[in-house]
Amino acid sequence: MEKFIKLTSTVVPLPIENVDTDQIIPARFLKATDKMGFGNNLFADWRYNKDGSPKADFVLNNPTYKGSILVAGKNFGSGSSREHAAWAIDGYGFKVVVSSFFADIFQNNALNNGVLPVVVSTEFLAEIFSSVNTNPEVSLTIDLEKQIVTNNATGNSETFAINSYKKDCMLNGLDDIDYLLSKKDMIEAYEKAIK
Amino acid sequence: MKTLFDKIWDAHVVSSVENGPTQLYIDRHFCHEVTSPQAFNGLRERGLKVFRPDKTTMTADHNTPTINQDQPVQDPISRNQLDTFAQNAAYFNMPLYYPLGHIKNGVVHIIGPENGFTQPGMTIVCGDSHTSTHGAFGAIAFGIGTSEVEMVLATQCVLQTRPKTMRITFNGKLNKGVSAKDLALYMISKLTTGGATGYFVEYAGEAIRNLSMEERMTVCNLSIEMGARGGMIAPDETTFAYVYGREFAPKGAEWDKSLAYWKTLKTDEGAAFDKEIVFESSDIQPMITYGTNPGMGMGINESIPTLDKVDEAGRISFQKSLEYMGFEAGEKLEGKPIDYVFLGSCTNGRIEDFRVFANYVKGKKKADHVTAWLVPGSWMVEKQIREEGLYDILTQAGFLLRQPGCSACLAMNDDKVPAGKYAVSTSNRNFEGRQGPGARTILAGPLVAAAAAITGKITDPRN
Repeated sequence: MEKFIKLTSTVVPLPIENVDTDQIIPARFLKATDKMGFGNNLFADWRYNKDGSPKADFVLNNPTYKGSILVAGKNFGSGSSREHAAWAIDGYGFKVVVSSFFADIFQNNALNNGVLPVVVSTEFLAEIFSSVNTNPEVSLTIDLEKQIVTNNATGNSETFAINSYKKDCMLNGLDDIDYLLSKKDMIEAYEKAIK
Repeated sequence: MKTLFDKIWDAHVVSSVENGPTQLYIDRHFCHEVTSPQAFNGLRERGLKVFRPDKTTMTADHNTPTINQDQPVQDPISRNQLDTFAQNAAYFNMPLYYPLGHIKNGVVHIIGPENGFTQPGMTIVCGDSHTSTHGAFGAIAFGIGTSEVEMVLATQCVLQTRPKTMRITFNGKLNKGVSAKDLALYMISKLTTGGATGYFVEYAGEAIRNLSMEERMTVCNLSIEMGARGGMIAPDETTFAYVYGREFAPKGAEWDKSLAYWKTLKTDEGAAFDKEIVFESSDIQPMITYGTNPGMGMGINESIPTLDKVDEAGRISFQKSLEYMGFEAGEKLEGKPIDYVFLGSCTNGRIEDFRVFANYVKGKKKADHVTAWLVPGSWMVEKQIREEGLYDILTQAGFLLRQPGCSACLAMNDDKVPAGKYAVSTSNRNFEGRQGPGARTILAGPLVAAAAAITGKITDPRN
């Protein structure tokens, strides 16, 4: 997993609520047996016409908006547990998703793939959307060490929560499996104890 | 004083990471072909074995055809995924592997309980959000991502942040003609799709106690649709009677020992929940959804909310949703023509669902313009449908029975509803494109689905 420390980037706004994982990556793209290539199908049904041509009105097809931060409406990533959603977001090139609220499983999946979910207040989310609406060149800065997200248009910032274990994993590019494998003795001891 | 959730969680803690998640031991892991290949690849890359192969049950269900399962799968990419699943089962010496056609094959959340893999007091995971189904037995069961599937395969553990607890109580009895699915859709419509995010739910109250195991599974199955980490119901005589005698359930002295423990699995009087919600069961009517998430539901006789009833931040999404569905705000849906009916899925693909559907259509005829997909949740359900004579009732009413799988619930196979067509579906999600690109899904229980299949319209089954 890649390390994540600090990032400043322009953003891609998606002011839709309850964006479910079926929208992030539709089920018909889940037939692969590896993690590659999902970025091309990120938001496929919103992004492409039936013939595969891009839909002009979808934000990913609008050259005005670019960057490695996706900003979305509340309850992002609801629905299916498919980690393919996190692979698609990562594969497209997003390193951060900002929303006022994330679904639990998506949040875990994102963190396990080095994509940082940043939870902001409803008011701050509205401010970011408004800033980007006024000026698409506006950037956000995400400082994981200090747990601060800054809207560089207004200079306003907010702190965001992340448990210190996951923060440590992100800062150092470590994953949970390494941690669990180091606990094998404890697992075997647990199994003996319950028998 | 502990809640049911606390008792089971605490009994499975291997260690706790300081200021971080809990290392939780997993008793049963269910595994299917779509969310596991990358996890098995991960093991190979790290040179690891599966740590406890007998604690993983494997079934192919998501990406499988529901006709001609005895023949090679036509789509080469799907076939490759199924072959990969088989190769992984062989390579890692997995003893509980149920490929297409096996009598124990079927939808993962249906074969688990019916074979006795699912038991009270267990921790259960699967790379599928509807793993919450197994909570019906008084288990902590939740969906995980593929990285976590890899963790379970490698160590039989996952790292989880302890969720908050919520109790949802249903007072009184359900009205006649109101099913467990209606109860769940009603609850989600009140709490919204994110209303229980961060919580693990315990369902309680008279209406819940009166439910059969099949119905309890329907309710717990839909917990994820309001964002809950999972949902559970304290085990009781109904639970024990269901589990008893099933192939992988404890036997003899082991049964007695297990039963004694299972009887302690209930929330202590006075134990505190982080949140308590109470509903009156008599308020619940047969439900349908009108929008593109399961929280957008209403009583079958009601009207779609008008725009002024929707909070401002949600209006763009609300309008986008109605536009997709081809509905107007304030509109009534009763009497609207529909094109497809789907009976099946981990939500409503069990034998009781087929009994309800068959009982309604008995002696009637399917509407000519309706395409109906009746998909049993497993081969065992399929067998029972035939043994109980339901097959004859269904075929006489003009219905065909397909072969088990997830089918049109997520439409990974050919069971796709065409763009613009309306489907009354007993599954769990009405998301845009869920049942095929452009498909318009109306979620409902098996009884409402049966009525729609007969009249070809959205119909109140009580009339």
